[in-house]
Amino acid sequence: MNGAVESIDLAALYQSSNIHATMHALDSDLVGLTPVKTRIREISALLLVESARRQLGLQAEPPSLHMCFTGNPGTGKTTVAGRIAEILHQLGYIRRNHVVAVTRDDLVGQYIGHTAPKTKEVLKKAMGGVLFIDEAYYLYRPENERDYGQEAIEIMLQVMEDRRDDLVVVLAGYKDRMDTFFKSNPGMASRIAHHIDFPDYAPDELVQIATLMVEKMNYRFSDSGQEAMRDYIIRRMQQPRFSNARSIRNALDRARLRQANRLFAGRDVPVSRADLQTIDGADIRASRVFTQ
Amino acid sequence: MKVTQGQFSFLPDLTDADIAKQVEYALEKGWAVAVEYTTDPHPRNTYWTMWGNPMFDLKDPAGVMMEITACRREHGGKYIRVLAFDSKKGWESIRMNFMINRPEYEPGFELVRAEGPGRTVRYTLRSHSTAAYPAAS
Repeated sequence: MNGAVESIDLAALYQSSNIHATMHALDSDLVGLTPVKTRIREISALLLVESARRQLGLQAEPPSLHMCFTGNPGTGKTTVAGRIAEILHQLGYIRRNHVVAVTRDDLVGQYIGHTAPKTKEVLKKAMGGVLFIDEAYYLYRPENERDYGQEAIEIMLQVMEDRRDDLVVVLAGYKDRMDTFFKSNPGMASRIAHHIDFPDYAPDELVQIATLMVEKMNYRFSDSGQEAMRDYIIRRMQQPRFSNARSIRNALDRARLRQANRLFAGRDVPVSRADLQTIDGADIRASRVFTQ
Repeated sequence: MKVTQGQFSFLPDLTDADIAKQVEYALEKGWAVAVEYTTDPHPRNTYWTMWGNPMFDLKDPAGVMMEITACRREHGGKYIRVLAFDSKKGWESIRMNFMINRPEYEPGFELVRAEGPGRTVRYTLRSHSTAAYPAAS
């Protein structure tokens, strides 16, 4: 009763929190992204130690966990936001494992008096979980001084400060634009403790991602397919509008289309299970990436 | 005179933690939660003034508690209640209804007599508190 417990087994706490399973899944499902994983591991450690401190009666303000994800398109910002909710939920930092993903349109109204109720409604829906604001820099439009985005930002700031144990806000967007956004909204910048930069993927990592993606869709590459995919990735990276994993997903969708057409064209012979599953080199090499 | 109507009204007033628990129950059932206030606690006064729209698609009571706090700040001296609306087919009705705020002094009701023809007397109730807010509801 008089606080006889003076030590806590962190390892046991770690085991019982189920967090190692999530961290493991994070490592195996997400290719690359080392800085992101490191930061998530650091945050997990902080929350684990925090819960140990709480058990010994060492009260402190809960740490602020609002985050900002910056990175090029297709680097996995949205995917990680979903994972963050899971991890924070398992560590008991947020009460619900849910993410509400919104953009400017969901927060900012069309006319005077429209913005506040709209923003508040979104905030209320996200309470207890994670609010993910994609392309957050659109909230602030310096070219129009009567833009209602500023109002939405102010309401959010207030809730982020007053109810920080009820809500985690994650902003996401391209690096340079987010920097400008924070420069013109110092209040927002100072309330976000964790800035995480998502690096572009290396060609090898993209090949791994492609392999994971086809496995999830119950396909697999033939040897020539694997090789063609590697060539494709290297060529595609040189071309404009390359958006990392998203480009890979689109390429695979088109490869599936060509594979289906190839099978259909040779429909005189019955197809085997392996035929239906295999993406061949020809399916990928038919892409216009190789002709340009 | 303590006005009793809706759920839990014979119990001591609910604390914020109690309210959050009840709201959580409603949200788990998928009901939409609304906050309403009035100065007239007459038992037949069904339609109180709405504090914002009913809240649909909430996952956590914290959002409702935020509205309750805001409503109390504005209408602290009035009656405030929380409703849970079930939109499922066959119900489409209020499933929960409990008061969460009442004035410090509750003046109660006045018995109004109206004399009719042939010495008949008709009785009716009127909330005293409506006199304090002649125009408001």
